[in-house]
Amino acid sequence: MFSFIVRRILVSIPLLFLASFIAFILVVNTGDPLEDLRTKINVPKGQIALQEHRLGLDKPFFERYFSWLTHAIHGDWGRTIKDKAVWDQISRSLGVTLKLVVFAEICSVLIGVTIGIISAVKQYSWFDHGATTGSFLLYSLPVLAVGSFLKFFLAIRLNRLLGREKNPLLKTIGESTANFCTVRKPQNCGLIPATTDFLTHAALPTLTLVLITFAGYARFARATMLETLNADYVRTARAKGLDEKRVILKHAFRNALIPVVTVVSIDFGGLIGGAILTETIFEWKGMGRVLVDAVTKVDPNLLLCWFAVTAIAVVLFNLVADILYAVLDPRIRL
Amino acid sequence: MINPPIPTPEIDSDVSEEILLDTLTDHDSVEREFTVEQRTQWKTIARRFSRHKPAMVSLVVFTLLVLFAFIGPYLWKYKYDQVLKKPAGASNDWIRPSWNHPFGVQKGYDVLALVMRGTQYSIRIALVVVVLSVTFGVIVGAVAGYFRGGVDNALMRFTDLMLVIPYLAAVAALQRNVKGSTWLYLSFFLAMFAWMGIARVIRGEFLSLREKEFVEAARSVGASAPRIIFRHILPNTIGPIIVNATLAVGAAVLGEAALSFLGLGVKPPDTSLGKIIEVGKGKATTYPNEFWWPVLVLCLISLTINFIGDGLRDAFDPKQNRVRA
Amino acid sequence: MSDEVAPILSVKDLTVEFPTDDGVVKAVRGVSFDVRPRDVLGVVGESGCGKSVSSMAIMGLLPKSARITGSIKFRDRELIGLKPKELRAVRGRQIAMVFQDPMTAMNPVYRVGWQLGEAIKAHNKHFDKKQVRSRSVELLNMVGIPQASTRVDNYPHEFSGGMRQRVMIAMAIANNPDVLIADEPTTALDVTVQAQILEMLIDLKDQLDAAIVLITHDLGVVAGITDRMQVMYAGKVVESGTAEDVFYTPRMPYSIGLLGSIPVHTQDPAAGARLKPIGGAPPSLINVPPGCPFSPRCPLSDGTLCETVDPPLLRVGPGHVAACHHSDELAAMEDPLRLFSATAVPE
Repeated sequence: MFSFIVRRILVSIPLLFLASFIAFILVVNTGDPLEDLRTKINVPKGQIALQEHRLGLDKPFFERYFSWLTHAIHGDWGRTIKDKAVWDQISRSLGVTLKLVVFAEICSVLIGVTIGIISAVKQYSWFDHGATTGSFLLYSLPVLAVGSFLKFFLAIRLNRLLGREKNPLLKTIGESTANFCTVRKPQNCGLIPATTDFLTHAALPTLTLVLITFAGYARFARATMLETLNADYVRTARAKGLDEKRVILKHAFRNALIPVVTVVSIDFGGLIGGAILTETIFEWKGMGRVLVDAVTKVDPNLLLCWFAVTAIAVVLFNLVADILYAVLDPRIRL
Repeated sequence: MINPPIPTPEIDSDVSEEILLDTLTDHDSVEREFTVEQRTQWKTIARRFSRHKPAMVSLVVFTLLVLFAFIGPYLWKYKYDQVLKKPAGASNDWIRPSWNHPFGVQKGYDVLALVMRGTQYSIRIALVVVVLSVTFGVIVGAVAGYFRGGVDNALMRFTDLMLVIPYLAAVAALQRNVKGSTWLYLSFFLAMFAWMGIARVIRGEFLSLREKEFVEAARSVGASAPRIIFRHILPNTIGPIIVNATLAVGAAVLGEAALSFLGLGVKPPDTSLGKIIEVGKGKATTYPNEFWWPVLVLCLISLTINFIGDGLRDAFDPKQNRVRA
Repeated sequence: MSDEVAPILSVKDLTVEFPTDDGVVKAVRGVSFDVRPRDVLGVVGESGCGKSVSSMAIMGLLPKSARITGSIKFRDRELIGLKPKELRAVRGRQIAMVFQDPMTAMNPVYRVGWQLGEAIKAHNKHFDKKQVRSRSVELLNMVGIPQASTRVDNYPHEFSGGMRQRVMIAMAIANNPDVLIADEPTTALDVTVQAQILEMLIDLKDQLDAAIVLITHDLGVVAGITDRMQVMYAGKVVESGTAEDVFYTPRMPYSIGLLGSIPVHTQDPAAGARLKPIGGAPPSLINVPPGCPFSPRCPLSDGTLCETVDPPLLRVGPGHVAACHHSDELAAMEDPLRLFSATAVPE
């Protein structure tokens, strides 16, 4: 097992280096970070040269890349065009994004897989038809539409229904109320009000993510379960005289678990960069916002760090998927 | 032969294989046979597809959407770039939906005309993306699956690599520096990061098909690798290609819409559904028509494409009709 | 049929239908047979003739969509319409089954000991872990797995095909069943292993006092070991009798066709040079045409009676029945086994 993990890590490292190189090419081609500065009038040449030097723009491509890479490996992600530490900004946004996506993903998986299993076991029942149609529709709808619908339609009507138009229960903007805990509002300071405030903000974006994600898992779990339920070994299990619960859980589900767990762990890797639209619709200051800012303002170090964090997450969870697969399936030699 | 041959259709397949082997020396007759075979196959596929009600309805709706996007602008009385002035004596509400402007007016432009043009751009972008990414993906998958070994390894590691990079961000970064007409560049960038899925599917198909008897037969009569790939194996993967290409249209429309919604996609003078939604999002509650109409069209495209893809998948691979005996 | 022993398993007028998109598939169309204790019954026919579906119906393993009529009695107890719970008590305990492909019939993620233990536990709830394990090892020994006490902790993929089929048989006999249904137990195996597995099945039958229903498309498999045989075609039994009856005095052209597809050593170069396949394919079971289902492929078909009236199973000898309008002609023939050499091999 240990050597298997080491082997997989060794394969992943060159992949990450290559990915970082491609990301660097992309970032270099994003544009000129000092465009604004250059087009302004009355900016002394010396100041532009100074900025160029600070961002390393005056060096040739490969020198720039290796300089960035060696710093990054040592944990120094450089500074933004506004001369702030990149890592501070990324880590703050990462925290905001994780608060949203991790809980949403766990909910989606649990709901989706449960629905998928019930659908497969009761194939062609009214539940199956309903779940299949419902998840197909949700699966096909754009995030844009689901999120906007919840924000502009459901939230407003629900808040009105609850008679809370002035102080809405479901908040649609940001991850927390601005200036929530101040000297003038000491009752808002503390863990409980802060948590409540967060939950009222997180409800709708989480619901958006769950609605569009669970449907995919429901479809996948259903298809996988149908396959294992029709497998020869399930027929053997029935022929032994086992009760249906045992046949479904110990035989069909245990085998369906292998692909489901693999897919879920791979998906976890894509979460950080996967909620950009939801974050934007609900105006959270997460990784999505950082990306939009870094691209529009052409902030090379910020963008590189963004790529690095998301790519590492993808590679890491691919590794987790491989390991879980090997743990769950004895046919894989470690 | 180890087992006694059982008097079943298996015998027939032996016979047909012999026929195939005989005729393989004569390429023309093989091709004739293939087309005859395919015509009947297409008929059954069309029949199965036509039985899939949601897919048929979706096909009609999608066709109407295409007509709406490409023919509509010629029939509608307002053009997308026609600046409208407030009619004399009209109230400020003239920009709300009316008989004259069913979708309302946005910043002096007719929203229906804008949505038609946006839909047109969205579909155009998606088609370019699909043609490029499917072609590239099929070639990569076919080469990897057919030659296996080192070639396969190298191509698949490259595929893995491209999957590591988040595509929305990558396309956004590339698109930032594009000036002028942007939609074709955007399509190209989207395609660059959209071919990996189909490459994997086609590789899998090739890996299993290359071991089949008809490929061995072709190889044994000395058919070249390109000939085997394109003439013998590729026609057998047409099902997965069509299904994946269809679903890719939907994915491309949504990907483009997402980027443009973030303000990182197409730029004026080009437009798209995502762009119109972005412009309208601030007024989703005050002037909902400017926002919800393009959102609705986007939903319709995504839904119909997915249903059509589903119907095609059922038509090409009707597993669920088989009864276990 | 003059058998004094009461049958242990009795199937009467069994029909099985599957509704599909293209129409109702009539997979089994009125099959009747009896299995007596310690009997070996061979059921022969080509794929899709309904032999596997009949056995799955006996086990109660058909999908819910299947429509089953007729009667399946085990020791005078009707199995059709039994509650799932009651049926489970029969499955694996009184009637057990060995499946065709041992590669896929075992769950890949559990050790064989676990899977055996599950079969034991299902009908012996009071067994503790130790008892289950020692019984598992005992069963593996019975089916001839070497080093059973360590192999019990192996996964299925660590066994060869023949060994896996032995494990499958061990699972089937875990609770000393009265009837063992073996559905093509050797088809997926290497020829060298086939004979060993069959031999072992017959040994086990004597040890366990069980009856065996051996389903196969391969007459060579059943030749030496069955007491009685029945030939099935298009969802029906078309001939039934002792193994000798069917082998030496077949009274239904289809049985002869099956015999003709076994390779034999013969001095006569004309007879032995080429295997004689039966031309054509079995009829669709969705719209079964009237008349004898074999008539379109039959060299004896008269084109009138054969294509309009489905022949009933008629007695052609003691304990020997056949469904053919022309069985008398076959009886009169000098060498009925040459019947198919008269027709050309179909292209």
